[in-house]
Amino acid sequence: MTTQTFHKDTWELFKSLELSKQLTTGETLAKLGHEHPEIVALCADLGYPTRLADFGEKFPDRFFDFGLAEKNMVTAAAGLASTGKKAYVSTYASFLGVLCAEQIRTAVAYPNLNVRLIGTHTGIAMGFYGTSHHATEDIAITRSMANMTVISPADGVALSEMIEESVKTYEGPIYFRVSRGRETPIYENNSSNIQNKIGKANVVREGSDITIIACGIEVKQALEAAELLERENISTRVIDMHTIKPIDQEIIFNSAKNTGAILTVEEHNVQGGLGSAVAEVLMESGNFCKFKRHGIYDEYSIIGKPYYLYHHYKLDGEGIADEAKTLLNQS
Amino acid sequence: MSTQTLEKSEAVNLIREKAKMSRLETIRLISYAKSGHYGSSFSCSEIFATLYYYQLNYDSKNPKWAERDRFVMGKGHSAVGVYPILADVGFFPKEELDTYTSLGSPFGDHPDMNKIKGIDFSSGSIGHGLSVGVGMSLGARVDGLKYRTYILMGDGELQEGQVWEAAMSAGNFKLGNLVAIVDNNKVTVDGVTKELMNVNPIKEKWESFGWNVVEVDGHDVEALIDTFDNLPNVDSKTPTVIICDTVAGKGVSFMEHGFEWHVANLGEDDIKRAIAEIEGGK
Repeated sequence: MTTQTFHKDTWELFKSLELSKQLTTGETLAKLGHEHPEIVALCADLGYPTRLADFGEKFPDRFFDFGLAEKNMVTAAAGLASTGKKAYVSTYASFLGVLCAEQIRTAVAYPNLNVRLIGTHTGIAMGFYGTSHHATEDIAITRSMANMTVISPADGVALSEMIEESVKTYEGPIYFRVSRGRETPIYENNSSNIQNKIGKANVVREGSDITIIACGIEVKQALEAAELLERENISTRVIDMHTIKPIDQEIIFNSAKNTGAILTVEEHNVQGGLGSAVAEVLMESGNFCKFKRHGIYDEYSIIGKPYYLYHHYKLDGEGIADEAKTLLNQS
Repeated sequence: MSTQTLEKSEAVNLIREKAKMSRLETIRLISYAKSGHYGSSFSCSEIFATLYYYQLNYDSKNPKWAERDRFVMGKGHSAVGVYPILADVGFFPKEELDTYTSLGSPFGDHPDMNKIKGIDFSSGSIGHGLSVGVGMSLGARVDGLKYRTYILMGDGELQEGQVWEAAMSAGNFKLGNLVAIVDNNKVTVDGVTKELMNVNPIKEKWESFGWNVVEVDGHDVEALIDTFDNLPNVDSKTPTVIICDTVAGKGVSFMEHGFEWHVANLGEDDIKRAIAEIEGGK
């Protein structure tokens, strides 16, 4: 980690809001706010932890804090979108993609409105705060909703680029699934090129023996796994499948054909998440290869300090490398 | 088709006729479906007619006009009473209603904003409507437009917790451009609201969330007109709720007050009796 105030075991910060640098929704919207008067933003008493408040500070008349009333917030966002707004809603994923599933389905996805939901602190990143604060179901829930786009960006640059695309050109409801903003970035800041485009997966490392398809902060962990595997002469391709729906099918076909093994990695229940989405594509295409879904194995995650928790679930570089070797050794 | 330019007595008579039309069409349409929400539509017939023929500002030839008033049914199951009015005021040809509930028809028991002109929001999940209204009212404020948003809810709907989240936020955001209408017909699917899950006192609940509360007989067209005429200015800081004292199944004696007619299917003889009573204006 890059800062001395960040504790690698606990993920706690001495000044907890200052360093959630990868939560870029608010600053991106603030940058676009003058040119795009249709942007409005809604939060539920977590404007600072989600950093949506960065938009509110510049555009207070287009920023609404609903207090601890998430269902009302999501449905009101739908009402705002029906008047021509692009409504950006952010709170913790467990209180958005999980708690508000019905409001998202009925008031947002079914009428196909421009509501963008940014579920932060997803997966098991909340560590010891409790299983109630873990969100290991939100991909499955939102992926099953027609009209919905589901995106799990790897870092703050990726989030910012795809938020910007959602303002400028992309239409329809989107669920963004992001972490706590304290993760190590993988994309280049202030790049002149757009590095993440909705619906198009990124090959972030080339390799020929196995492909790891990951999303969210697991992309960085997959890259670390690839480094470890390299030492054992295993050449690993790593794909950032940031858009889980609609999924980039071509890159899955290509990886099955060219590497012969695919390991999916996500901090989500293996039932219904990224791994399931990749499996569906493979099975229906007839492109078979060695395959495993790695993630949370249909259980409620235990609590712990994040560093130890990711290690426990083998969702760090070492654990993922181990899973990859097991898969390759299968007959 | 606003009656605002008419003499009041003429306006009242016309609105009453349109309420009657809504009831008769409800019976015709439900006869195609063989099941539908009679009781909870009849309790709002005068409310619907007063809104569409007197109060709401809209352009049926330009249904998405940005400055139109919005009307959303939290109780989407009353849509069968609104569809005939939308046709009558020109949003679509009346013949389209003949497809009601047939395979792939735009017209189902609950309304779809993307399939039916004149429907401002899809509904069906009880308790969402007022939150949608909060969003629409905030949208008007952001755009500096002067339209109002009207949200119809049943008294049973007030049992949904989200309604009170929305009520709290409307008071907090000082949405004077938001008008809630409670169709207090006092029954739900399983029984009498007061006995099944008491939501009373209704008036005091709204007052405590910072709303301007008006009570009115929901079948008295003249009183409804007076209530709408006396709404606080759209720029006021207080949302208004109109609590309408209504009768479930109003207009058909054997349906009135009965929760059994919330969803039902009339037989042929009963259809004749019901039509005769509505046409007779009893």
